Amino acid sequence: MNAVADIAGIVLGGLAAGTVLFIVSVGLSVTMGLMGFVNLAHGAFAMFGGYLIVLAMNRAQYGFAAALALGFFGTAALSVVLERFLYRRLYRAGELDQVLFTIGLIFIFIAGITIVIGPEHQTLQLPAALSGQLNLGFIAYRTYSIFLIVIGFLIALGIWLTFERTRIGGQIRATVDNRRMAESLGIDVDRLFTITFAFGSGMAGLGGGLGAEFLGLDPQYPLEYLVYFLIVVSVGGLGSVIGVYYAALILGVLNFALTLYLPKGGTIFIYALTILMLLARPRGLSGRKEQ
Amino acid sequence: MSKRMIAALAALAVSGGAPGAASAQEVKIGLILPYTGPGAELSPNMDRAIDLYQKLDAAQIKPFKLTIIKRDSKAPNGAAAKVDTQELLTQEKVDVIAGYIYSPDAIASAPVITAGKRLAVIMNAGTAFITNLSPYYVRTSFTLWQSSYVMGEQAAKYLHAKTAVVAYTDYPPGKDALDAFKYAFEHNGGKVIDAIPAGGPGATPDFTPFFQRAKDEHPNVLFVFVPAGDQATAVVKTYAALGMKAAGIQLTGTGDIVPDNMLQGMGDSAIGLITVHHYNADLDNPQNKAFIAAWKKAYGADATPDFTSVGAWDGIAAIVHALHATKGKIDDGAAAVKSLEGWKFASPQGPIEIDPQTRDIVMNEYLDQVYKGSDGKLHEKVLATFHNVKDQCKALAIGPCAPKK
Repeated sequence: MNAVADIAGIVLGGLAAGTVLFIVSVGLSVTMGLMGFVNLAHGAFAMFGGYLIVLAMNRAQYGFAAALALGFFGTAALSVVLERFLYRRLYRAGELDQVLFTIGLIFIFIAGITIVIGPEHQTLQLPAALSGQLNLGFIAYRTYSIFLIVIGFLIALGIWLTFERTRIGGQIRATVDNRRMAESLGIDVDRLFTITFAFGSGMAGLGGGLGAEFLGLDPQYPLEYLVYFLIVVSVGGLGSVIGVYYAALILGVLNFALTLYLPKGGTIFIYALTILMLLARPRGLSGRKEQ
Repeated sequence: MSKRMIAALAALAVSGGAPGAASAQEVKIGLILPYTGPGAELSPNMDRAIDLYQKLDAAQIKPFKLTIIKRDSKAPNGAAAKVDTQELLTQEKVDVIAGYIYSPDAIASAPVITAGKRLAVIMNAGTAFITNLSPYYVRTSFTLWQSSYVMGEQAAKYLHAKTAVVAYTDYPPGKDALDAFKYAFEHNGGKVIDAIPAGGPGATPDFTPFFQRAKDEHPNVLFVFVPAGDQATAVVKTYAALGMKAAGIQLTGTGDIVPDNMLQGMGDSAIGLITVHHYNADLDNPQNKAFIAAWKKAYGADATPDFTSVGAWDGIAAIVHALHATKGKIDDGAAAVKSLEGWKFASPQGPIEIDPQTRDIVMNEYLDQVYKGSDGKLHEKVLATFHNVKDQCKALAIGPCAPKK
């Protein structure tokens, strides 16, 4: 093998890892941008969806696509219930209250999964078509990584088009920019919140399942990756799909390259870079401007 | 003072004065395992083994009664384990300490064990020098030097490998595995061309970048140590997904990368892996056959014990032996330790002995290969057996096992 193949391996591996971060985090970015709600328990939704997907496949013999659909809609449904009964009460509360509430929710999820399912790691069994290697001509690489990169791109494109080209996308953008104005124009902001929250949580659930191959899946999941989700969202910018996509891919590739070349603690540079980046551009790569 | 209280005190004095006279003498065992946190999935394997021993070998335990007091060692960093050890010794006044899945737990607790002067049976932690840290430590599990040394030797002799890359979890047992493999492999003509620290014990990392680096270096073998559990499945799957087998790189490791209770979940990716360990569930000896049968009867046909279960099983057997040998005065730590020096036991893993000099286990190591049986399940077959393997770190007195200057 040669240097080109080595570098291609790093880029593809990093893009795949970044795509997982994107799918999980995009919902967090939108709900934080839209509602100004600090939902640290977002990773818990990702874990919940991941468990739905993996258990549906391992115990109920679901196919991969059917399990992914179940993960998405199951997590979205759960999030609607939680949004209606719990989150809604805290929209106007202080940030500390929101942080305490959602951290508490993480611990409830961890304990709940440990009691009901058990503390052990759950393994995603990929369908045969997605395991193994795919020959790209210049390099043979993990089929699943390439599948993820393509899926991630399609999702990013789909969400971006929805935001820019549809009515509901326009309503979301208007509400992110100026909630009062949007409300006074007759946009049903409550309904919009519920829909985006459900969609964002569903995406997280999907990401939890799709990413189980890389991030693993056990009850500690929401705490383990919380920092990564937050970095992606803060570097990408609140409410910005494209910003989050770029941030996730950059973080994925950097993290992969640093882990490969400096396996002992190379990743601290990620945190240093994040700090520098936020000093230079406090609102992220393409965060929407302060009103 | 009320009459009732005086009566209660009198009763206490009487029962305390004549242990085991009328009823069974209660022996308190403080068991320290991670019941929460990243190691939580390992604890049930050991708890179940301890329960099973008490059920099956109840006759052996008589006239004593074992009371197990469990404490949670949480994250694998030793902090909680040390507090647990202190609390068990001073508040609960236990007679024996047992457990310790992760090496940092046993390392951090060593000074407390020494001060408490009670026997402490290490049932899993495998860093070689731990038993040097306290004269009250006796180990019934293994050291990483035992398996990794044999693996290093066999990588050169059996696999005829010339070059190797080592990927290891970056904490004391991982460093032991690296040192032992490197020492044995290079003394047999091989060369370790890279050693990659692959994350810590606390969380399962994505192994892709570590293995990608190994793949780009084209070694004959990739030797991996990770703490058994979640990380093992990730190792095997990543190895398969990156096409390293097709690239001519043989995955080897200690048995930690193919724990018996996770083997079926790894799928066909595990077939052909070569490891060295002191136990696998397919071992063909009468003790193991009985052990597996009892396990499946108690916990279901799909349940399988693994090497951590055997460490706990042997550990409880050791405690019961010490109980009888000291005639119930097991709380005399020095006497209890002495009674175990040279103790021999027919374990499910084969014959074991406690080395009187080091208080560490002496046992067989097996060179194993994973294959798919006619039942469609994965099994391990023993390619070669190495008898009465001692911990080479202490035998050679090198690295952290060298005598202090």
